[in-house]
Amino acid sequence: MNAIPSPDSLSTPTTDSTPSQCAPHVSIAGVTKVFNGRKGRVQALEPVDLDIRRGEFVSILGPSGCGKSTLMMLLSGLLPSSSGRITVDGKEITAPNPEAGIVFQKDVLLEWRSALENVMIQAEIRKSDKAEAKSRAMELLSMVSLDDFHDAYPSELSGGMRQRVSICRALLHKPPLMLMDEPFGALDAMTRDQLQLDLLKLCRDDDMTVFFITHSIPEAIFLSDRVVVMTPRPGRIERIVNIDLPRPRRLAMREDPKFIEYVHELTGIFKSLGVFREE
Amino acid sequence: MAMASATEPQQERDKAFAPVLKVLNGIPLAVWTLIGLLLFWEAYVRIASVPPFILPAPTAIAQEFRDYGHRLFPNALVTMFEVVFGFTCAVLIGVPLAVAIVYSTFIQKGVYPLIVASQTIPKVAIAPLLLTWFGYGMAPKIVIVILLSFFPIVINSVMGLRSASEEMIHLARSMGANSWQTFWKFRLPHALPSIFAGLKLATALSVIGAIVAEFIGADQGLGYLILIAGSNFDVARQFAAIICIALIGMCFFFTLEMVERLVIPWRNKADVSGDA
Ligand SMILES: Nc1ncnc2c1ncn2[C@@H]1O[C@H](COP(=O)(O)OP(=O)(O)OP(=O)(O)O)[C@@H](O)[C@H]1O
Ligand SMILES: [Mg+2]
Repeated sequence: MNAIPSPDSLSTPTTDSTPSQCAPHVSIAGVTKVFNGRKGRVQALEPVDLDIRRGEFVSILGPSGCGKSTLMMLLSGLLPSSSGRITVDGKEITAPNPEAGIVFQKDVLLEWRSALENVMIQAEIRKSDKAEAKSRAMELLSMVSLDDFHDAYPSELSGGMRQRVSICRALLHKPPLMLMDEPFGALDAMTRDQLQLDLLKLCRDDDMTVFFITHSIPEAIFLSDRVVVMTPRPGRIERIVNIDLPRPRRLAMREDPKFIEYVHELTGIFKSLGVFREE
Repeated sequence: MAMASATEPQQERDKAFAPVLKVLNGIPLAVWTLIGLLLFWEAYVRIASVPPFILPAPTAIAQEFRDYGHRLFPNALVTMFEVVFGFTCAVLIGVPLAVAIVYSTFIQKGVYPLIVASQTIPKVAIAPLLLTWFGYGMAPKIVIVILLSFFPIVINSVMGLRSASEEMIHLARSMGANSWQTFWKFRLPHALPSIFAGLKLATALSVIGAIVAEFIGADQGLGYLILIAGSNFDVARQFAAIICIALIGMCFFFTLEMVERLVIPWRNKADVSGDA
């Protein structure tokens, strides 16, 4: 089981004994991003520092346009940072990191491939064992209740179904690090609850580290060990909130007074940032 | 339809004709329009007694097919060969060229603008030149077919290959795909609908190319037949040849459509649901 840090360990930097054990899985140090767009320079990220432990579930909460997706793209190595250093497993990220599993904000399904083939592209590109990958793909698809849609083309699927296929694609190669950009944004509330539970189970079974972007405060609390709150653009980390709820998480915990307290705390932070304006 | 508002005796009559109606309904509307036009044509020629060297009746043209088929057929084969061979060459040149344009900055900046600019030259204008270079055989015809049809193939293939979204390329790179995999598994299949749009445009142009080339200098082919028939005021023969050309064009287009259905099955599924 994960050692869950207590809320008051937030301010004191953790200094553990053996460096090999506590070396963070992902380390972000002084990372910034400036886009040179058509409208001149856009500072998307101000210096960001964040360490993520192996097996930790970290959610990123922030208003639209604050640079959440940008930060994820930097972590994946698909975009170069403007300054700072990102390491995964102690190795600096300078090129796309094929170890990661990525769920993009758009589903990016290949229109010419069936749902199953869209999941299998992962195995084809990586040249992994076909038969093994196929049985895992089937398993994943049935986990997201798409058993009857293996043969369907993306044009025959709803938005939520498409996103579920793209989640399966990202999970196929059992990535040690998952980067997810609002993966459940397009889903209905019930599928969303189920997938949250499934994701947590997968994390536990495979000891996956998850970097999870969301707009939903309850979702962030329900899933995470830590919730990172970002400021409006240019984004930087405003606050990190430790979520001290027992695991495995149960849906009923969302009515827990402690859970509701976290909701109030995070809502309060966003109010103070001017993201929520009430009359 | 009108059936809904029909009165009772009419409905009974409709019932009696039901099997006939069913067969008639199976025939596309366009065929009915064509039959109507032919009947009108026939009637007009007969009633106004138009001389056959101005406008022959459809029956006269049919007669021409019967009497002259043995000459039409081999010449149609010649034209068909020029069209299909030229088109195939255009595809074999055009698609790889499009790939080169998309992947090589040198070709994109140094060659592509010249290809686009060269399209302002009417191909008919250079046809006599090609005759002096390649003689009167099939070679100059095939070259003209290639010149006419390769441009839409190149343009549409380039557009299709370029239209792969940034996200799709990100996805490919995130899985560690090399350039070959990115091309073969992402860009090319994504470009197929656009490439086929170009091929379909090219079918019409390649038929035009072959006929024009035969007009300018040939001793066989449907274009040549039309020219000879024209100098003899044999209008029925010209019509017969024109119909052959139209049939060649149609067969070509539909063959391509069938190939497209095989190669792009996901499109058809989507289309069916879109039409319904
Ligand atoms: N390629 C680009 N060129 C120029 N500016 C960009 C580019 N990509 C993002 N930006 C800018 O960077 C900022 C952050 O964008 P980003 O997509 O990371 O936001 P986000 O937090 O993911 O928002 P959302 O929650 O709406 O997805 C935005 O203001 C955007 O305008
Ligand atoms: Mg985003």
